[in-house]
Amino acid sequence: MNPGLLLPESALAAGAVIALLAGSWTPRRLQWIVRCVALLSLAAAAVFAAAAMARPATVTPEGVYALDAALHLARVAVPAGAAITILLAAGHVAGHRRESEFYVLVLLAALGTVVMAGASGLLVLAAGYLLASIPVYALVGFGKDALGTEAALKYYLMGALSGVLLLTGVTTVFGVGAAGDYATLARTLPDASAGVVAVGTTALVAGLLFKSGAVPVHFWVPDATQGAPAPVAAFITTVPKIGALAAIFRFADQALGETALNWPLPAALLAAASMTLGNLAAFFQDDVRRLLAYSTISQVGYLLVAVAAVHGSDTALSSLLFYLAAYTATNLGAFAVVCALPRARTLADYTGLMRKRPWLALSLIVCLLGLVGTPPTAVFIGKLTVFTAALDAGLVWLVVLAAVNTVASLFYYLRWILPVFRTAADDAPADRGGGADVPVVRWSAGVAVVAAAATLALGIGSSPLLDPLQTGVLVR
Amino acid sequence: MLSVVVFLPSAAAAVLLALPRLPDRAVIGAWVAAAAVDLALVIALWVAYPGGSGVTGDIAYEADLRWIPTVGSGYHIGVDGLSLPLVAMTALLFFACAVYSLREQRRVRAYAVLFLFLQTVSLGLFVSLDLILFFVFFDLSIVGMYFVIAGWGHGTPIRSALQFFLYTFVGSLALLLGFIGLYLAADPHTFDMVELARSTPLEGDALAGGLVLAAIAVGLAVKTPTVPFHTWLPPAHTDAPAPGSAILAGVLLKMGAYGFVRIAMPILPGVWRDYAAVFVVVGVVSVLYGALVALAQTDFKRMVAYTSVNHMGYIVLGLGAAGMAAGADLQASTLAVTGAVTQMVAHGLLTGSLFLLAGVLYTRGGTYDMAAYGGLAKAAPRFALVTAVAAFGSLGLPGLAGFIAEFQIFTGSLSSAPVPTALAFFGILLTAALLLRALQRIFLGQRGRAVRGEPADLSAAEALSTAPPVLLAIVIGIAPRFLLDVIEPAARTVAALVAQ
Repeated sequence: MNPGLLLPESALAAGAVIALLAGSWTPRRLQWIVRCVALLSLAAAAVFAAAAMARPATVTPEGVYALDAALHLARVAVPAGAAITILLAAGHVAGHRRESEFYVLVLLAALGTVVMAGASGLLVLAAGYLLASIPVYALVGFGKDALGTEAALKYYLMGALSGVLLLTGVTTVFGVGAAGDYATLARTLPDASAGVVAVGTTALVAGLLFKSGAVPVHFWVPDATQGAPAPVAAFITTVPKIGALAAIFRFADQALGETALNWPLPAALLAAASMTLGNLAAFFQDDVRRLLAYSTISQVGYLLVAVAAVHGSDTALSSLLFYLAAYTATNLGAFAVVCALPRARTLADYTGLMRKRPWLALSLIVCLLGLVGTPPTAVFIGKLTVFTAALDAGLVWLVVLAAVNTVASLFYYLRWILPVFRTAADDAPADRGGGADVPVVRWSAGVAVVAAAATLALGIGSSPLLDPLQTGVLVR
Repeated sequence: MLSVVVFLPSAAAAVLLALPRLPDRAVIGAWVAAAAVDLALVIALWVAYPGGSGVTGDIAYEADLRWIPTVGSGYHIGVDGLSLPLVAMTALLFFACAVYSLREQRRVRAYAVLFLFLQTVSLGLFVSLDLILFFVFFDLSIVGMYFVIAGWGHGTPIRSALQFFLYTFVGSLALLLGFIGLYLAADPHTFDMVELARSTPLEGDALAGGLVLAAIAVGLAVKTPTVPFHTWLPPAHTDAPAPGSAILAGVLLKMGAYGFVRIAMPILPGVWRDYAAVFVVVGVVSVLYGALVALAQTDFKRMVAYTSVNHMGYIVLGLGAAGMAAGADLQASTLAVTGAVTQMVAHGLLTGSLFLLAGVLYTRGGTYDMAAYGGLAKAAPRFALVTAVAAFGSLGLPGLAGFIAEFQIFTGSLSSAPVPTALAFFGILLTAALLLRALQRIFLGQRGRAVRGEPADLSAAEALSTAPPVLLAIVIGIAPRFLLDVIEPAARTVAALVAQ
């Protein structure tokens, strides 16, 4: 095959290798050079990806890697998410003993995530999954503190379990389908035993659900999000979703298309469970990171609504991809605010932020209302298109449930927004977070403002992204 | 031109945000100036308005740009007889609120920015001719008002604001589902209101049409609000700052009522006809229930809030009756629709002004409890006069805008829905009683305990903010032709659409 087709992936891999080598020989105070190398390779990956979009969608000759709309989006959104993570982390890990390793791990995880999004063969999917998972285990425990170690352990154990499940699923489907690539599977699976296909699919999807943090394999999300360093928390709740959901959608669309499996129903049930449980659990969280963790579980639910509409609507894919992009910008924006105020851990710590840090507070409000899906932010357009696709597919009950959930989610996001508006005088002087004397991580604050602006821009000017997604279909 | 009117306040808000060192007085000055310029522009639009039937065509100052073509949604704005009066009322009310806020001292910049933002949102909603654009403004109005109540309210503002947000947000999502239903039914898929009103995609599909109308009606009913979706309104009104209440009652409530005329009736005419009786009943219940509960209030502001439920009930009654009359009597249903739109304007002017006056009252005595006042007319004659005129207008005294509106609604509804209309007459009696009693308690008799010393009469700013809407209501009451000439052609179009 033509190696030029994989330039973005190559850029990420090369970036990781160069960063690792350069990091080993660079003095600690010059490690910012490694950071630049990592950012450069991410930028290169995105640029190559943008250049590749013009080409017609195609599959590699072996049939195991699809270059189409889903991959194009992942190739841009994942490096962007990784770059934001590195920018957010710059303040935390600068001068750290293992600074360059941090960047290498982020690059590798990004590469794995992109590969997952493009995989149209079972073995590539498994490889991408492992590459996307293992570096993240190390990242979660990067702080080496008690909370972080516990989080890493939990994440690793759940990850190992779901990794085994995924491999079991891959093996089973491979076994009954007698092929690894989705195009062949689409022909062979309808003749295979439906029960075995169902078991294999369940195991395979369970692994991918773990990566996206969906119910029922969501238990790691709150602990890992709370225990990991804040930038890592931003990464693990955002970026892997792009690869995992693209992979789920692709498998359902391409490999399962013709089987007797009633795919939309379980997907809809998973969506319903994920958004409902995530929202209910988020209600009375006082720790901002735990709140965002449960919010991310609920957001997977809305994303899975688009997956449930896979066979019923032509716009299911474009709505899913747009929602992923919108969610990436919005969630990273919210986490950027958290990173900018490292000492503010609880909702009360945000008291009076509006007065002291108006731009940061505005960014937070835009991002949180964005997560609700308030117009004209990007997630609103995402929800609009996802709801439209699902109604088109006849899933009225699911859309109504999603709407009800949206209202419920408003409650806990408002619990965070309210203290921002209160003046500190109204309450006890809880001046740990928003106080003018507290150092604000400037880079993170800048990222927050940019992300909030991007959320608005992507919402008001959604056409440039939505149009190409609309015409793009998954190649078969 | 219309876009300038809509976005001028937001541009002013952006400038205010960008100039952090401006003193508070200058901020409010800029706010008043922006609101005044916007009002002047709206008057210019009115003067140059060419007229026309509206709704499915003949829309003035139209702009139609590509926005999200993939989902069939565009930046489509324009005004016709249904929206122009509301646009003008909105601009006037926001100007009044800006003037009223001249003495505001708490976090002035954010306050001004929020109101300017709300002005853009409100104007934008009334000129939207695209469902998604409409929804965007609809939702943003909730966000803006939430921050006004939570940030500058009194009593338990956080609680009321949260209740307001959650309740109206539920409604807005129901609305969104209805809009998506319309979009999916249209062929080709579109969110364009004019296009949808021409093709009426859900005609003949009883089940889908009924479901979509139900979703849209619930969404709009929460915002209007009608019984039984009104429970968010009294706390939100009571705890909001005076200009917030004025905007909430004067402008935001109209968004729901306006949605019925602009979206539900023209796009789902047949379904509206089928379910018109439901709206008539809901309207009458709102009229009577709102009046009765208002009668039981001792809190002036709360009482005015409940009269809003009553007054919005007339609108729903008129629109429902127009649906029932359809086919039989185009003239009557035109009259009912015209009356409903006039009522939106009249209620906006009079109730907006009453809420500002309630704010004046609060600054004098620190309470809304009517029993704590008394005898204010002697010390504050101008205050008493303006309040009395606003209250009389509100109860529908001839010579004021409310009378014109209610008279048309009743005349238009009587033939098609005689019994409900007769019942609704009692609403007028009740509101007359309760408003007269309120006037008597506050302004006549012995001086109450809440006011110590000599209470000041209306200050210049207070007079300049409360009197213009009342004066305009008098003008409409005496010489309504200039308003009705604008509304009637569009109202006839709506009535004709429903009649087909």
